[in-house]
Amino acid sequence: MSIAFGNPDRPNSYIGKTVPRPNAEKLVQGRGRYVDDITLPRMVHVAFVRSQLAHARITGIDTEAAKAVKGVLRVFTGPDLAEVCTPWVGVLAHLKGLKSPPQHALAVDRACWVGEPVVAVVATTRAAAEEAATLVEVDYDPLPVVTDTMTALDPDTPLIHPDLGDNLAFQRLHEEGDVDAALADAHRVVSARFRTARHTGVTLEPRSILVDWNPAEGQMTAWHATQAPHMMQTVLATHLDIPESRVRVICGDVGGSYGIKVHVYPDEVATAAIARVMARPVKFIADRLESFTSDIHARDHEIEARIAVAEDGKILAIDVDDWTGIGPYSVYPRTSAIEGNQVVNLCGGPYDFANYRAQTTVVFQNKAPTCQYRAVGHPIAVAITEGLVDMAAAAIGMDPVEIRRRNMYADDAYPVTSPAKMRFEGLSHHASMNKLMEMIDYDALRADQAEARKQGKHRGIGIASFIELTNPSPFMYGIGGARISAQDGCTVRMDPDGSVVALSGVTEQGQGTEAMLSQVVAEGVGVTPDKVRVITGDTQVTPYGGGTWASRGAGIGGEAALQAARALRESILAVAASMLQADAGKLDIRAGQVVDADSGEERMPLEELGRIVYFRGDTLPKDLPRELVQTRHFITMDYPFAFTNGVQASYLEVDTDTGVVTLLKHWCVEDCGRVINPQLVDEQIRGGIVQGLGGALYEEIHYDEDGQLLNGSMADYLVPMAGEMPDMQIGHVETPTGESELGAKGAGEAGTAGAPAAVMNAINDALRPMGAQVTEMPFTPERILRALGKIDD
Amino acid sequence: MTAAFSDKVDIELTVNGEPVEGRVPAGQHLVDFLRQTLGLTGAHASCEHGVCGACTLRVDGQAVRGCLMLAAQADGAEVWTVEGLTEQGSSRDLQQAFVARNALQCGFCTPGMIVAAEDLLARGGVPSRAEIREHLSGNYCRCTGYEAIVDAVEDVAQARAGKGTA
Repeated sequence: MSIAFGNPDRPNSYIGKTVPRPNAEKLVQGRGRYVDDITLPRMVHVAFVRSQLAHARITGIDTEAAKAVKGVLRVFTGPDLAEVCTPWVGVLAHLKGLKSPPQHALAVDRACWVGEPVVAVVATTRAAAEEAATLVEVDYDPLPVVTDTMTALDPDTPLIHPDLGDNLAFQRLHEEGDVDAALADAHRVVSARFRTARHTGVTLEPRSILVDWNPAEGQMTAWHATQAPHMMQTVLATHLDIPESRVRVICGDVGGSYGIKVHVYPDEVATAAIARVMARPVKFIADRLESFTSDIHARDHEIEARIAVAEDGKILAIDVDDWTGIGPYSVYPRTSAIEGNQVVNLCGGPYDFANYRAQTTVVFQNKAPTCQYRAVGHPIAVAITEGLVDMAAAAIGMDPVEIRRRNMYADDAYPVTSPAKMRFEGLSHHASMNKLMEMIDYDALRADQAEARKQGKHRGIGIASFIELTNPSPFMYGIGGARISAQDGCTVRMDPDGSVVALSGVTEQGQGTEAMLSQVVAEGVGVTPDKVRVITGDTQVTPYGGGTWASRGAGIGGEAALQAARALRESILAVAASMLQADAGKLDIRAGQVVDADSGEERMPLEELGRIVYFRGDTLPKDLPRELVQTRHFITMDYPFAFTNGVQASYLEVDTDTGVVTLLKHWCVEDCGRVINPQLVDEQIRGGIVQGLGGALYEEIHYDEDGQLLNGSMADYLVPMAGEMPDMQIGHVETPTGESELGAKGAGEAGTAGAPAAVMNAINDALRPMGAQVTEMPFTPERILRALGKIDD
Repeated sequence: MTAAFSDKVDIELTVNGEPVEGRVPAGQHLVDFLRQTLGLTGAHASCEHGVCGACTLRVDGQAVRGCLMLAAQADGAEVWTVEGLTEQGSSRDLQQAFVARNALQCGFCTPGMIVAAEDLLARGGVPSRAEIREHLSGNYCRCTGYEAIVDAVEDVAQARAGKGTA
C-alpha cells in the first residue's frame, strides 16, 4: 500500500508537515552532550605542537622541558606514532591520475603546512598539555615554499613532493561538442576571470574526539564529532590494526559540521593511536587557532571562463579553465580532487546547450589541505555560470531573467543528459523561476531600483539559477575504492508499550535528521511522532550507513526508514489480524491504534498488541510470525545522483563611496522533491544561504608568500553575524524523485550553492551603469572601490 | 610563596542560586571552571577570545563572556548559566519559542544566544528586528542564518509586552 501524499488529510499524515524536533528541547536547556562535555575516568588530554613553517625538514625534537611540566605523562613524535599507526593516501581510483603522498598522523621527517601536527603532548589537564607543548623544541631546516596556485606547475617552481614528479595532484578535461567552432561563430563571446576565496567551515564546536582503548576487551571506543561514524570506524580499524568489529564510533551531539567533520584528520587519528598506546581515554578538542590552521579549507579557485551566445540569447558554448590549490596532501579518504571535479560537472548546469569544455587543474601547495565543504564545488560553478550568463545578457541588451528562460531546460524535457554528462531525472527550472518572479515581484523591484537610482542609491537585483547534487550513489566514492557507504539502513521496532524505536545510519548534525526520521517512521507505522524514539550515531547499535554528506540524510536515510516502518506496520497488522480474526488488508494503524481501515473504528491499541506478543505469546498461533523488528536498507540505483534545482535572488545596495554592500533581502525557490518537514527544509536553506553570503562578502583565508596564515581567529576571519544578514523568503516547487517511495531529494546545500552568485550578480547590476564589475570573492569594500576606480594604488 | 604569587586562588560565589566554593588555577577562565569543575556544560567554549558568544553567562546581572573572565574574578559574584535559567523557569517562553521556530540547529550557540537575548529582553518593550539583530551580533551562529532566532526573540518580546510582564 503506497502513501497518498497528495491527500493532506490522509491518516498519519506527518510527512509534509512541520513537526517539532525531538532533540531541540535538550539543546535549548543546555543539556546537549557534545564530545567536550564528556569526562571519563582516567581521561587525559592531548595538545599538539604544530609546524610554524609552511615547509621544512624536521631535524631534531627536544621534549625534555615539556616532559618536566607537572601533569605531563607522555610526549609522542611522528616516528613514535608511525610504529602503531599506518599512513594513508587520499586517492580514488575513478579520479584518474589523482596522486598524493602518504600522510602520517604526525609529521615524520617533514612538515608541509603551517599547522601540521608534529608532536603530541599528553597530560592530565589540557592546560598542562598546552603549556608543555610550548616547551617542545623542534629544529627545522626550511624548505622552499609553494603558495601560488597558478604558478605551481611552472618549471622553476620547487616540487613539494619530489617523489611525485610534479606539483599536479589531478587534472581533468571534459569536452562536448565543438567549443572552438561555437566560439568562432558566435554573435557575442564574453570572457571573465573569477576567483573564489579560500574558506573554512568555522564550526562553532571545534573538531573534537575522545578515544578509549580497553585492552582487556580489545575494544576501541571513539566519541567523535563526525558526520560519518561508520567511515571513521573503518579508518581507525585499518590504520591502527584493530578488527573493524572492535572499533565503536559514537557520534552524539555535534556542534556544526558543514562538511568539515567528514574527513580524516591527522590529529584525530593521532589521538586514537595515543589511546591505543596508553590504554586510557584521551581527549582532543581543537582550539580556535588549530581550527583555522588544520580544519580543511575549501573553494580556493581561480577561473578563466567564456560564454558564447547567439543574437537571441541562446547559449552556444561555455568554456571553463578552473585551477585550485589544495595544500600538500589530498585529504583522505574523500580526496581533494572532488571539488574541482564538481566544477567540471556542474558548470552550465541549468542550461540546454551543446558545446562545453571544462578543465580543472588541482595543484599542491604549502597551505592547509582543502576538501569537501558544504555545497562542494557548487558555489564556484554557479558563480561562473550565472556570472557569465548575466554578462552575456548585458552584452546583448537582454533582461537577465529572459536570457535564463531562453536557455533553461524545459520542465517537460526530462530525463535529459547535460553537456557535462550529468543525468537529470526531473527538474523544474521554469516553474521555479516563475515562482521566484511572483515572490520578488520582479517588475516592482526593478521600479524600486530605478527610483533609488534617481536618489543616488545604487541598488542591484541578482538572479542565480542552480542545480544541486544530492542522494549520491556509489558513483561518488564507492567506485573509487573508498569504504564510504552510499547505502543507508534503518531498523524500526515496536516495544511492548506500543512505542517505536528507529535506529538509523544517518546522523544528526543539527539539521533535523531525527525529526525527519521520527515523522517518516510515525507515518510509516501509524503512530504519532512523539511515540518514535530515534537513535543515530553509534556504529555498535545502528545499521551500517554513510552518515551525513552530499545532502543524503532525508533522501537515502529517510527512504530506508520509511521502508522499515512500512514493513513493521505489515508485521503488526499480521499479528492484529490473527488476534482480531480479521483480514489484515482491512485493518490500518492510526495514531497508535489498530483500526478498521474503512470505518476508522478502533479495534485495539498497540500497547495491547505489544502486551500479547511480548508477554502472552502463548495465546497466539504457533506458526504466526511476530517479529516486531524490521530493517531495511536503501540505495539509489537508477541515477548516480538525484539532482535538485532552484533559483535565488538577491536585492542589495552598494555604497559607492565606501564600497560597503548592504543586503536588503534574499529569496530562494528550491525544488528538493518531496518536502518532509517544511520548517526544517526552509531553515536548512536559510542557513545555507547565509553560509553562501559569508563567502560572497566576508570570508577569505589569507596566507602570505611564506605560507603563513594571516587571519587565524574569529576576529580576523569574518563570518556573517546577525547584524548584517537579511531576511530571506523561501519558496518550493516539488518534483519528487521516482527512485524512492518517499520522493525526497536533498536540501542542505542549495542555499550555499546559489547565494554567492546571486550577490555577485546583484552587485554588478548595481555597478553596471558605472561600468564597474566584480568577480573576485569576497566582494569587500576595497574590491568594490577598486572596481569603481576609486582606489588604484 | 606569598598570596600575590600563588597560582591557586580560593573563590566563593553563587552559581545558579547555589553557594559554590573553589580553589582555582589563577589562569582558569570562568567558563572552564563552570564546565570542568561544576559540570555545568551548557555554556560552550569556542573562539576563546570573546568573539563568538557561545560562552555567554549572566554575571551580576550582566551578559558576560565566560572565556574573557577568570574564575578568580568571579569571587563574590552571582553567576547564572542556561541550566540555572532553565530550572528557574525564567526563560521558558524564550526556550519554547526557539524550539517552535527552530531557532537552533546544532544547538552549540543556543545557551549563549538565550542569555544574550534575555539581556535585551530585560530592557523591556519590543525591540525592532534591526535592534534584535544588532544586540545579537556578538553571538555567532553558523547554522540558522539568524532569521529564526530574530523571529523567536521578537515573538517573545511581543508576548511579554502584551502580558505586561516586560
